[in-house]
Amino acid sequence: MGPETLESLQKEAIEEVLSAYPAKAAKNRAKHLGVDSPEGEKGACDKTRSNKQTVPGVMSQRGCAYAGSKGVVWGPIKDMIHISHGPIGCGQYSRAGRRNYYIGTTGIDTFVTMNFTTDFNEKDIVFGGDKKLKKALEEIDELFPLNNGVSIQSECPIGLIGDDIQAVAKVHKKETGHQTVAVSCEGFRGVSQSLGHHIANDMIRDYVMPDASHRKDFESTDYDISIIGDYNIGGDAWATRILLEEMGLRVISQWSGDATYKEIANGPKAKLNLLHCYRSMNYISRHMEQEFGIPWMEYNFFGPSKTTASIRKIASFFDESIQEKAEAVIAKYTKMTDEVIAKYRPKLEGKKVMLYVGGLRPRHVIGAYEDLGMEVIGTGYEFAHGDDYKRTKDDIERSTLIYDDVNEYELEEFVKKLRPDLVAAGVKEKYVFQKMGLPFRQMHSWDYSGPYHGYDAFAIFARDMDLAINSPVWGHSKAPWDKEA
Amino acid sequence: MQDVEKIVNGQKLFLKPEYQEVLKNKKQFEGAAGAVAPEKVAEIAEWTKSWEYREKNLAREAITVNPAKACQPLGAVMVGLGFENTMPYVHGSHGCVAYFRTYFTRHFKEPTPCVSDSMSESAAVFGGLSNMKDGLRNCNALYKPDMIAVSTTCMAEVIGDDLNAFIISAKEEAEGELDNVLIPHAHTPSFVGSHITGYDNMMKSTLEQLNPTKAEKVVDEERINIIPGFEPYLGSLREIKNIAKLFGDKIIMIGDHEEQWDTGAGKYKLYAGGTKIADAKTAINAKTTISLQKYSTVSTAKTIKNKWKQDYATCNPIGLTGTDEFVMKLSELTGKEVPEELKVQRARLVDAMQDSYPYMHGKKFAIWGDPDFLLGLVSFLVEMGSIPTHIVCHNAPRKGWEDDMKAILAKSNSADECNIWPGKDLWALRSLLFTEPVDFMIGNVYGKELYRDTKIPLIRIGFPIFDRHHLHRYSMSGYEGGINLLTWITNSVLDQLDEETKDIAQTDYFFDSVR
Repeated sequence: MGPETLESLQKEAIEEVLSAYPAKAAKNRAKHLGVDSPEGEKGACDKTRSNKQTVPGVMSQRGCAYAGSKGVVWGPIKDMIHISHGPIGCGQYSRAGRRNYYIGTTGIDTFVTMNFTTDFNEKDIVFGGDKKLKKALEEIDELFPLNNGVSIQSECPIGLIGDDIQAVAKVHKKETGHQTVAVSCEGFRGVSQSLGHHIANDMIRDYVMPDASHRKDFESTDYDISIIGDYNIGGDAWATRILLEEMGLRVISQWSGDATYKEIANGPKAKLNLLHCYRSMNYISRHMEQEFGIPWMEYNFFGPSKTTASIRKIASFFDESIQEKAEAVIAKYTKMTDEVIAKYRPKLEGKKVMLYVGGLRPRHVIGAYEDLGMEVIGTGYEFAHGDDYKRTKDDIERSTLIYDDVNEYELEEFVKKLRPDLVAAGVKEKYVFQKMGLPFRQMHSWDYSGPYHGYDAFAIFARDMDLAINSPVWGHSKAPWDKEA
Repeated sequence: MQDVEKIVNGQKLFLKPEYQEVLKNKKQFEGAAGAVAPEKVAEIAEWTKSWEYREKNLAREAITVNPAKACQPLGAVMVGLGFENTMPYVHGSHGCVAYFRTYFTRHFKEPTPCVSDSMSESAAVFGGLSNMKDGLRNCNALYKPDMIAVSTTCMAEVIGDDLNAFIISAKEEAEGELDNVLIPHAHTPSFVGSHITGYDNMMKSTLEQLNPTKAEKVVDEERINIIPGFEPYLGSLREIKNIAKLFGDKIIMIGDHEEQWDTGAGKYKLYAGGTKIADAKTAINAKTTISLQKYSTVSTAKTIKNKWKQDYATCNPIGLTGTDEFVMKLSELTGKEVPEELKVQRARLVDAMQDSYPYMHGKKFAIWGDPDFLLGLVSFLVEMGSIPTHIVCHNAPRKGWEDDMKAILAKSNSADECNIWPGKDLWALRSLLFTEPVDFMIGNVYGKELYRDTKIPLIRIGFPIFDRHHLHRYSMSGYEGGINLLTWITNSVLDQLDEETKDIAQTDYFFDSVR
């Protein structure tokens, strides 16, 4: 398929999809869809409308502000207890669904995979839930004495009935000396999980950053850095950490996969903040820059090309000794990643991929696919803002369909039209495409595999893509008795 | 570093010495008790296993820890997917729908269609009417359903949106587009009851709205409705339909979500199977409705009994007695003899029970789940001579359930060893397991952590089960389902026996090849 054909197919696909909508919705959706190419002056990456209300009545893949705050930012902080404050559902559906790996004794000093909730009933809605919350905080401190703080994650009704959870948290903190943060991340706020990330960051800014209690005894070095926006899915942050440590840096905190309260509170001691998921944590990075003068840089640890480039960029912030070690690290792993490429590239060369994920992956993983000779022909975000699409422009390599907040109907139609060899998206989409006989990888959770960050993880990524695309199972759909079409 | 010939996942990667070093280095920055005071962690861990902790834990009033229930709209979505060409529609924020779809998708390993009208701040202030107007039209245009089953989230309930008025208004403004689509709707506040309450509310509303009460109704003497309830086992639905078919063609399942979550490979179908809308619309004419889950259909029952003036019965065809009662009910209602095929099936189940009973007899079980699931499973355990030591029902109904459970336990020869724990969560169960241990646990995926903490083997039966594949394809109901339960439980007992006797030259004298 030549690029012109691909581009015209992509444009056609958009027209077809839009024709199914009532006029009002079609007009709205048209602004979220487009085609871009690296050469194009002002393509879809510059023009795509994003971070807007989802069209009502469609199967959107988006989550809510609560999911952004509890599920992404706060939930993985392992030695704190995060209360899902409100009715039973939100806490239950978000329980242990994200593979934020951590080391600790769950239920005793770490709590990530548990579900703490105030389980609202009608009475709490009518009379307010503040008293129940206060009591819940007391019970938590009694039954889980080794918790290093509590966050209160509000569900929809809290904001609507006007409970003053901030006051409850303040009083509890005053009475017990225990860090207690109330996060007003009600699900109806904003248009997606994105606002939840922002609200969560603001609460870290207002409540955790000012806590200097651990900083007094902290002995700094010139090489102290923080990893920001890595949720340690399948152990990603650990596979990142090893490279940074090998190049002579000291990772003093990890946000927020496998993080502790103390690590986050010591954030201001870093000399450089390394930001992986820009969308979810650029807010706090900017704050630390402004408030504490800590520079931050984005990096990309998917695939050897991007990892190597990022390592060099990180090293350039430091002295020659670090730069030398960085080169040594690159050299050390290059042999292995070259072998991985030699093994898998012949099996994956030219295969086409369509992506639909959140955060940073719709752009960050493109390079990893390209290292394997694969081509990304469509990509989009669940909850991006304009700056994410602008950054995407730098990563696309060919005519690419760009779809913002694509819903299940649209994605299905795009896939049918463009016939990629692999779809990489979330669990809600997974079985739709597998039924069509299309290889699929669930790229929110690495399909229960991983890690995918760093050099060692690339070997796993390559193996997984080969396993998905070249599995014999896709050839079984047609029964032997079915006549040739 | 990875070995290209033998690439490993994190599971083994992080055990390599260089990663162990990384994890060790990290501890100096952590400040969690495990890093600064491991002895304190051990001490508290021991304390949480004590009777003292149990008393504090069971006395909790405000915080729920590790619940064993979900919220109303989840059940409403299941009802919607039980009808032909029907799109479940949740009036509220799309975050909830993302959760419902993910939850079901992870359990069934199947797509779960459901839309929302994406309410947000402006809806919180002005109400969700405009979302409803646009949402119904868009849903209809894209997914071309015959029916849109509308339920609500807690957000819509707190702001007090009036579904009925909204839908009328949306239909009026839709320029005829919604004239041919049925839109049953139910209020399903998440802060009342649990997912089974939502199932009940949506089922009741759907039946009422599709069957307006008329002065003269024509009773079809051969027609019987079966409502399955919140049933996560697709094989159970299939088995019940197989049994019903043996008694006639006019026994119709109302809310049949079996095919929707079990379509084959080859192409993707948005809608599959489901109760025919024509059958749903004539449900009122049936002679009798049988509910297979009494506590998932409490208000549905009221409609059938009081508004429809129809006979209504409940059966719980899990285990031998439960299935016998169901089969006899069908025989009584249809006036037909119990078919030979079922007699053979029953004898086979009894034969199997007699083959395996020594391994289940006297074994102590902790079990949790929905009220009707527990009535069925506990009944089976009692039939096998097992002891259901802890029965935890987080969403236990206030009325009737405990008495029903006690009646089942009364048949046990160890009734005084059985404890019913209504309203308790799984962190409470943890205390029960440490202070009064059992041999096995039966429950959903959330028992996984209890297994790790207590080492008591977990037999996965219930909802949801995310971490094992295909169990939901089997039946727990009917005589065939009884054999499945027996297979799962007995073989778990045998697995455990092998585990305990596998040490070479230590315990393996009892590692028998013949059982």
